[in-house]
Amino acid sequence: MKILSKIYTWLIFAFLYAPIVVLIVFSFNNSKSRSVWAGEITFKWYVELFKDREIMDALLNTLLVAVVSAIVATIIGTFAAIGIHSMNKKLRNTWMMVNNIPMVNPEIVTGVSLGLMFTFFIEILKNLGFDASLNMLTLILAHITFNIPYVVLSVYPKLRQMNPYSYEAALDLGCTPIKSIFKVVLPEIMPGVITGLIMAFTLSLDDFVISYFTSGPSAQTLPLVIYAMTKRRISPKVNALSAIMFAVVLILLIIVNLRQSKDNKSNDRKEKSFI
Amino acid sequence: MRKRVATPYMIWMLIFIIVPLVMVVYFAFTSSSGGFTFDNIIKVKEYTGQFLQSFKIGAISTVICLILGYPMAAIISRSREHVQRTLVMLCMIPMWMNFLLRTYSWMTLLENNGIINNILEYFHLPRLQMINTEGAIILGMVYNFLPFMIMPIYSVMAKIDYRLIEAAQDLGCNSFAVVRRVILPLSVPGVISGITMVFVPSASTFIISKLLGGGDMMIGDIIEAQIQGGANNLNLGAAISLVLMVVVLITMAIMNIFGDTESEVSLI
Amino acid sequence: MKKILSVVLCVAMVMLTLSMTSCSNNANKVTINVFNWGENISDGQDGSMDVIREFEKQTGIKVVYSTYESNEAMYNKIKAGGVSYDVIIPSDYMIGKMIKEDMLYKLDYNNIPNYSLIDDEFKKAENMPFDPTLEYCVPYTWGRVALVYNTKKITEPVDSWDILWNEKYKNQILMFDNARDAFGIAQLKLGYSLNTEDETELKNAAEELKKQRSVKPVYAMDQIMEKMPSENAYIAPYYLGDCLTMCDDNEDLAMVIPKEGTNYFVDAMCIPATSEHKAEAEAFINFMCGTEAATANIEYIAYSSPQKEAAANHKKYLIEEYGKETAELVYPTDLSNTEMFLTLSPEANQLMTDLWISVRSGS
Repeated sequence: MKILSKIYTWLIFAFLYAPIVVLIVFSFNNSKSRSVWAGEITFKWYVELFKDREIMDALLNTLLVAVVSAIVATIIGTFAAIGIHSMNKKLRNTWMMVNNIPMVNPEIVTGVSLGLMFTFFIEILKNLGFDASLNMLTLILAHITFNIPYVVLSVYPKLRQMNPYSYEAALDLGCTPIKSIFKVVLPEIMPGVITGLIMAFTLSLDDFVISYFTSGPSAQTLPLVIYAMTKRRISPKVNALSAIMFAVVLILLIIVNLRQSKDNKSNDRKEKSFI
Repeated sequence: MRKRVATPYMIWMLIFIIVPLVMVVYFAFTSSSGGFTFDNIIKVKEYTGQFLQSFKIGAISTVICLILGYPMAAIISRSREHVQRTLVMLCMIPMWMNFLLRTYSWMTLLENNGIINNILEYFHLPRLQMINTEGAIILGMVYNFLPFMIMPIYSVMAKIDYRLIEAAQDLGCNSFAVVRRVILPLSVPGVISGITMVFVPSASTFIISKLLGGGDMMIGDIIEAQIQGGANNLNLGAAISLVLMVVVLITMAIMNIFGDTESEVSLI
Repeated sequence: MKKILSVVLCVAMVMLTLSMTSCSNNANKVTINVFNWGENISDGQDGSMDVIREFEKQTGIKVVYSTYESNEAMYNKIKAGGVSYDVIIPSDYMIGKMIKEDMLYKLDYNNIPNYSLIDDEFKKAENMPFDPTLEYCVPYTWGRVALVYNTKKITEPVDSWDILWNEKYKNQILMFDNARDAFGIAQLKLGYSLNTEDETELKNAAEELKKQRSVKPVYAMDQIMEKMPSENAYIAPYYLGDCLTMCDDNEDLAMVIPKEGTNYFVDAMCIPATSEHKAEAEAFINFMCGTEAATANIEYIAYSSPQKEAAANHKKYLIEEYGKETAELVYPTDLSNTEMFLTLSPEANQLMTDLWISVRSGS
């Protein structure tokens, strides 16, 4: 039984990692072909990658959008969770339902709906003589929107675990409501907030479908550029890019994991499962 | 007072979730010149075939993910603490890499003159037609969404109190009965949210089918073609989106009757 | 926790200031959005000239460059609004459609002195049926549609569009992924005009395309340029210049103009009526017509150039590299067996689009 489950685990991981290994191996291929090995190792695709302005611009855009949208979504989402937590059952359920819409809804519908709204209002603004277009702003707004529900859902369980009286105790001891949120509630739910922030960041980093409908030519993110590239002749530059991305993700995860295993005495499974 | 800190959120959700959905409804029920019409919704009927095809592919992918993912989740949840963490991480890493890149890598593997076929030829085996088949699309979906199945099931299973299993064994259950009577029922919420998280994207996504399927369009591709691609009918695109949304939401509502998915499980 | 938060916030601040400064740097520079076909400009690969960067260097105008896959996709994107492009390079029939719908600006040819370098053939109204008053566009490339095939896999003589329906090559056929080009092939096969607006003829062409589904063609555009040289398919129709590029990448490939005739196309630069930087867009068009840029572009994309000097350079290059025959194929003197796409009536166009979606979605 033990051996069987070991074999099974290896098979699943082989399935999950096979394409990634192929991508990385062929990033060193000294030929334009993506499936025939030329027999020589080269680093030229890495050099070309860093010379490609389109990709480098997109990388910067991607990071900018991810950082800004993750932070804004975390702030709005955290306070939203605190607010929703203190509502009565009926209101709470209503807002949790609204919160679930973008998570259950097909991504393409969310993307199309945001795209339709943005274009609709941009056209109105243009008719009024303002300069408007789909750009970084619309992209960031869209990203914040699909990030918020995930933040709410990662903060909310922490609020339920919290002692409901500590907030009131803080009030009794003379804190203003705002102050007691910052002094008592926030520190308690911090792990959930951090989890939400990281989730929002990664979701936004990898989003393609919603970005596709809400961005203009001046706001191309990496997934969008990769999509455009797969529609043309694909250069092994893409492979080099994925190898680098893989390395970065791996290093980040190892760092986070080491840090976690160090201070993971609170033993919360839920949080681990994210990272 | 505490309620009020949610105000920015409420305003945000109203503007960026509710209003856009209203826009979809508005576009679905207007013609390109702006008048009210049912034509778009009626025209959606022509795409019944694609809807069914997409749901079929979504359903098959979901079932395969469940069959592959459930044992994996069980194995992870039963391993030792630090091994568990590593295994979970290994399941998540592929998801952090751009899905287009991974799908495109499958293209390299499956193509007529791709890596697998070249390996087959090296061993003097006949070449296989793998790309541009329904199987390739399903493979792409399973590959991309398998972690979404493993994770929620794992997170529920990890919480199962081991004493329950011991109690069942003490009361005379053999290991098969333990699985059937204790572990399976307790993991239902995880399974339900796993199904949701695999079925919805695999039935509605675009581009995966385009890259691996070559010929057929799925419903997501049709929406894309209407909104951004060569078909140019915003209103019809909105109408198809609306129908897709309604169908998916109804399906999910029915799913939720079977298992009470509290917010915690539906998260991951 | 606090440490992490402060690090994150610091990063955010740095990113924000970075983006701010990059914005303010560009504040005094005009940015134009150029929207072009994929693989349709010399981009500095393999030592060629990076035309866009050269333009930016010379004029100080910043270019945001993006690509589209088909005329229809480009039209749809502009029609949907939300973004304004300053230079687009559609084909003949699409230019005609956009002129009819008031979607293009009339060009100020005084701002485009290099227009004088364009061959006079392209300044005759009868050669430019889509822009009969010669006010809206400057030709960029022209060419024909050809068949490219792998001589190792297809040993029979290839001379007809029929081969794209041949069961022998099931799973190995690529096909155009846009309505007009795909219908064009079916129409040529059936002996119809490429510009038929007759309902039954259009429906017959669609039937023909549906029949083709039995050989399981893969619908693609620029991916063809990757799939053919890597031998993932045996045969594909594509634009002749690209076919030449593919033959360069794999010497087992050959190309042919089928006997039924083919489509002759002109791609030309235009400025959409939503553009906010018309003068700068005209500067870009002018730059593209300059001999240096035009030569670099035409050698990279391998289509035929309407620019006199670039065409002469290109012809010389073709004769040296490939011989007279290829040069004659790229710059044919006789275009009698070809037909240009004209702008269809909105009704015929809608019918074709609907039929195409039904072909593609397999219903």
